Amino acid sequence: MSTVSDAIVVEGVHKRFGKKRALDGLGFAVRGGTVHGVLGPNGAGKTTAVRVLTTLLRYDGGRAEVAGFDVRSQAAEVRRRIGLLGQHAAVDEKLGGRQNLEMFGRLYHLGARRAGQRADELLERFGLADTGRKAVERYSGGMRRRLDLAASLITDPEVLFLDEPTTGLDPRGRAEVWNAVRSLTAGGTTVLLTTQYLEEADQLADRISVVDGGRVVAEGTADRLKAMVGGDRIDVVIRDTDRLGEAAALLGEGVTVDRDRRLLGAPAPDRMRALTRTVRALEEAGIEAEDIAVRRPTLDEVFLSLTGSGHESGDLASAGTEVAV
Amino acid sequence: MSTTTAGPGRIGWALADSWTMTRRELAHWARQPVQVVVGLVFPVMLLLMFNYLVGGGRGVEGDNTEFLVPGMLALTMAFGLEGTMLAVTQDLNKGVVDRFRSMPMVSGAVLVGRSAADMLQSVAALAVMTGVGYALGWRWHNGTAAALGALGLLLLLRFAMLWTGIQLAMVAGRPEMVQAVQILVWPVGFLSNVFATPESMPGPLGAAVEWNPMSATATAVRDLFGNPGGSSGSWAAEHAELLAVLWPVALIAVFFPLAVRRFARLSR
Repeated sequence: MSTVSDAIVVEGVHKRFGKKRALDGLGFAVRGGTVHGVLGPNGAGKTTAVRVLTTLLRYDGGRAEVAGFDVRSQAAEVRRRIGLLGQHAAVDEKLGGRQNLEMFGRLYHLGARRAGQRADELLERFGLADTGRKAVERYSGGMRRRLDLAASLITDPEVLFLDEPTTGLDPRGRAEVWNAVRSLTAGGTTVLLTTQYLEEADQLADRISVVDGGRVVAEGTADRLKAMVGGDRIDVVIRDTDRLGEAAALLGEGVTVDRDRRLLGAPAPDRMRALTRTVRALEEAGIEAEDIAVRRPTLDEVFLSLTGSGHESGDLASAGTEVAV
Repeated sequence: MSTTTAGPGRIGWALADSWTMTRRELAHWARQPVQVVVGLVFPVMLLLMFNYLVGGGRGVEGDNTEFLVPGMLALTMAFGLEGTMLAVTQDLNKGVVDRFRSMPMVSGAVLVGRSAADMLQSVAALAVMTGVGYALGWRWHNGTAAALGALGLLLLLRFAMLWTGIQLAMVAGRPEMVQAVQILVWPVGFLSNVFATPESMPGPLGAAVEWNPMSATATAVRDLFGNPGGSSGSWAAEHAELLAVLWPVALIAVFFPLAVRRFARLSR
């Protein structure tokens, strides 16, 4: 699977915390210069994966390489080539923005003068030039995240890790971070992005690995993932709530029931035929429908069905085997 | 971008990184002057309280202030353990340490920065305490060299407490756990000869007090300053100077490597 141009290679990586398997044979490869999304619910192993790849955590088995170096045996080489934006702001909150960046610059061994210049460049680039001496703890969430991102970019890393970069941000802060990430990837940086937000993966990532229970349950582009999970769906709104169950039985396998909205959903891979079949079945049973429509699935449905959380959609949830598109 | 290995070499970078981390702590002080002042005033307050309010040291022959001041200096060094633990747990629970650890810096520099800052703080605390002690009438009687030796022993105790504190903080993990240790520090601190002589205590308690590392430092420092110590003639009291060196060195020998190792492998 992996080729020379892969910036990140993860093969069968295992990590346990006591009895819990945080990573259970995780595997994926990321081509240089692309954005790879790692999508999964809480506890899926996303953060553990990032901590392993950024040398913060030792893994138990498997193979992990970043920028061509082994994460375990060549940690120092890896550290020179990566940037990390963790879930919690990884800056010194008691210090000011410039103080932080200058300190990190010195620790990257840029030298005092260059570290100062680099700090000013980055503050300018991320719109933080006018923050002066203000301590980071008094920054807004979005500003803090941008400073954090600036700190991750001091040495123009080859590979940048973003661990849920917009969790806890308001929509404006989220848009700020997204813009910053987009401008980065235009410069050829490889980005690994973990997120719980499908929209975020959809917006930013070239490819997506859906992770659950410490391993990849599906991988591909957002479009391919959508297409893969049963394709089109049919939605039916039933007039009489009492007859919802009866109608659901008529729709066959994989039905979702939304009682409040009197809405039934089912896979409809054969589109128009499914529509005719459904209309006819309802008519024969004497169940009145208010609305019927065939539509493309949302990425939400893909995610929920693959990770088995939320919706109780039968056959799709059992598709927990590894699928590559 | 020049992040290459060229330059001052590994030891040079270790020093440079350590200095950067020390500057970080100094920058914290500059931003929190009130906290720094409170840290210096608290032991002075204890000294004044025990000098004026709590009354004379039990079993002391001679001037109580002369007995109390060296003891309080030793106590202040020992209580530095709390400050170190608190600072380390607060740091570890923030993302910034993750960033340090994912960078190509010398990882021990974070701990060196912590210890440099704590030692500087302790030097300042000693200066303030001896100044206040002088104002209260405490004097040293054996010349400058012996007095400097006494201060050296005090800082050695602080250095031992520093690495003990770093290791305990990493084991405890969370600031809440530090509170538990803080509560324990008090009885251990008072189970010493800082406020009373061991002879004035019931047998087993007196023996425990004699062998408390803090008692060794306090007794040695009293001897060096020429202050009354109420020497009991026991082996521990007779060899206080030796113990005042051996105890801290032993603690450092145990906790320094443990702490450095643990920090390098800090992976949950």
